[in-house]
Amino acid sequence: MSLTTPVATTGRITLGLLAAVGRVAMFAASTVANLFRPPFYWREFLSSLIQIGYFSLPVVGMTAFFTGGALALQIYSGGARFNAESVVPSIVAIGMTRELGPVLGGLMVAARVASSIAAEIGTMKVTEQIDALVTLSTSPMKYLTVPRVLAATIAVPVLVGIGDAIGIMGGFIVGVNRLGFNEAAYLTNTYDYLQSWDVVSGMIKGAVFGFLVALAGCYYGMTSGRGAQGVGRATKAAVVAASVLILASNYLLTEMFFSS
Amino acid sequence: MIQLTQVQKAFGSNRVLQGVDLTVPTGESMVIIGGSGTGKSVLLKCILGLVTPDSGRIEIDGQDVAQTDRDAFLARFGMLFQGAALFDSLTVWQNVAFRLLRGAQKKPKAEAREIAIEKLRRVGLKPEVADLFPAELSGGMQKRVGLARAIAAEPEIIFFDEPTTGLDPIMAGVINELIREIVVEMGVTAMTITHDMTSVRAIADRVAMLYGGLIRWTGPVAEMDASGDPYVDQFIHGRAEGPIESVR
Ligand SMILES: Nc1ncnc2c1ncn2[C@@H]1O[C@H](COP(=O)(O)OP(=O)(O)OP(=O)(O)O)[C@@H](O)[C@H]1O
Ligand SMILES: [Mg+2]
Repeated sequence: MSLTTPVATTGRITLGLLAAVGRVAMFAASTVANLFRPPFYWREFLSSLIQIGYFSLPVVGMTAFFTGGALALQIYSGGARFNAESVVPSIVAIGMTRELGPVLGGLMVAARVASSIAAEIGTMKVTEQIDALVTLSTSPMKYLTVPRVLAATIAVPVLVGIGDAIGIMGGFIVGVNRLGFNEAAYLTNTYDYLQSWDVVSGMIKGAVFGFLVALAGCYYGMTSGRGAQGVGRATKAAVVAASVLILASNYLLTEMFFSS
Repeated sequence: MIQLTQVQKAFGSNRVLQGVDLTVPTGESMVIIGGSGTGKSVLLKCILGLVTPDSGRIEIDGQDVAQTDRDAFLARFGMLFQGAALFDSLTVWQNVAFRLLRGAQKKPKAEAREIAIEKLRRVGLKPEVADLFPAELSGGMQKRVGLARAIAAEPEIIFFDEPTTGLDPIMAGVINELIREIVVEMGVTAMTITHDMTSVRAIADRVAMLYGGLIRWTGPVAEMDASGDPYVDQFIHGRAEGPIESVR
């Protein structure tokens, strides 16, 4: 018996994990399906857009700024080993737009948005507000999930775009003031080597991350356990799931976009 | 008519409803009594479909609830939740008028607001509270806003889960009268859960007592005192001694 216990446990955990993946996938499919079925709650959508997009700007902007600056320093000192200091502007631009902008921006949004969505919906669940919605002939899926998921899917790519610009600016400021680059040369260098696909691919990543973040928040909120403890657990699970989903899907998207 | 046949519901090993049979005739006021945790709230949620029963049949006017169109079905209902369950992102009047502001019964905003304020008045709340948020109200006030929301769209069937708990005796009297009025004047079918025996006598046409997952006794309120059932007697007189165990 003791010999088979680990096997049984592994099996049980694997099955549990698969079941969870299945439930999340069904939830995602249902969200997308409901996107195209009326009614659409504009007011909820617009307020989510402001909550998720506008109010995430400072966090995402600051993350991008410091990342761009640090990236410039790193590339400069690393590049010095093979006399390639001049690549700083282009590497900063490509690194920010393709990878660091979307991933770090996505993770910051995950921390900020997945948690607050899960806590809000979870609290609504444990205080019977979700039940109340249903009795008032309003689908919680359409009223709560769809507006948030759509808002995040639209807002995060925009945040990523803005973050890209701020990150490149961070690199520029460090490059010009600390590393002795010529202002005009830095900018031409950035501009010449940056392709639109670098920016677009990062923004597509941002859309996927936004979708996943809001989905995780809504899913864990809706399935929250009872009481304050249940909401706490849901919030934690939402942030962890959103972060892991971002990193995993980032790898897959990068494979898809850039490994030809 | 609401008809429950052998409705069972368990949460894990906790067998809450073990075969409930109950009939509520149209236009009558049924009051459910029973100890704390016996499954009264769960019973109402089963009828509304918020909790899926493990087995049994629930019919409204002869139609199986599990097979009807959910939206049309719920449009006939109003529900006051035990914890009020107000939406804390919306103001008081928007909560009350929730159904009137969207969906099939949508009305112009000004008209919806007027109706909301009128319903608030009926539950003893001043127009000033209309623009406050639920978190700014006391527990008893929230309960009454929940009540106003339940009756706002003038549904045919209304469920009240402990409408008078947390209210002062005078306000409880007002609410009892309101519920009675709604049943008599508007011909509403009502199911009310309460622990307050004064409420029971003020509201009920019929009373049902839930005990041990079953309907222990049901009958007209006038026969409640002479039910001859020791469980009912103990409950309505609030005695510590009797067949219902009170763990101490
Ligand atoms: N969603 C749920 N998950 C697990 N158990 C539940 C759930 N809802 C209710 N229960 C359990 O069902 C039982 C009955 O609960 P219910 O809320 O119906 O009691 P009640 O009769 O309304 O009590 P009270 O008068 O105190 O409101 C309780 O033991 C409760 O723990
Ligand atoms: Mg209850």
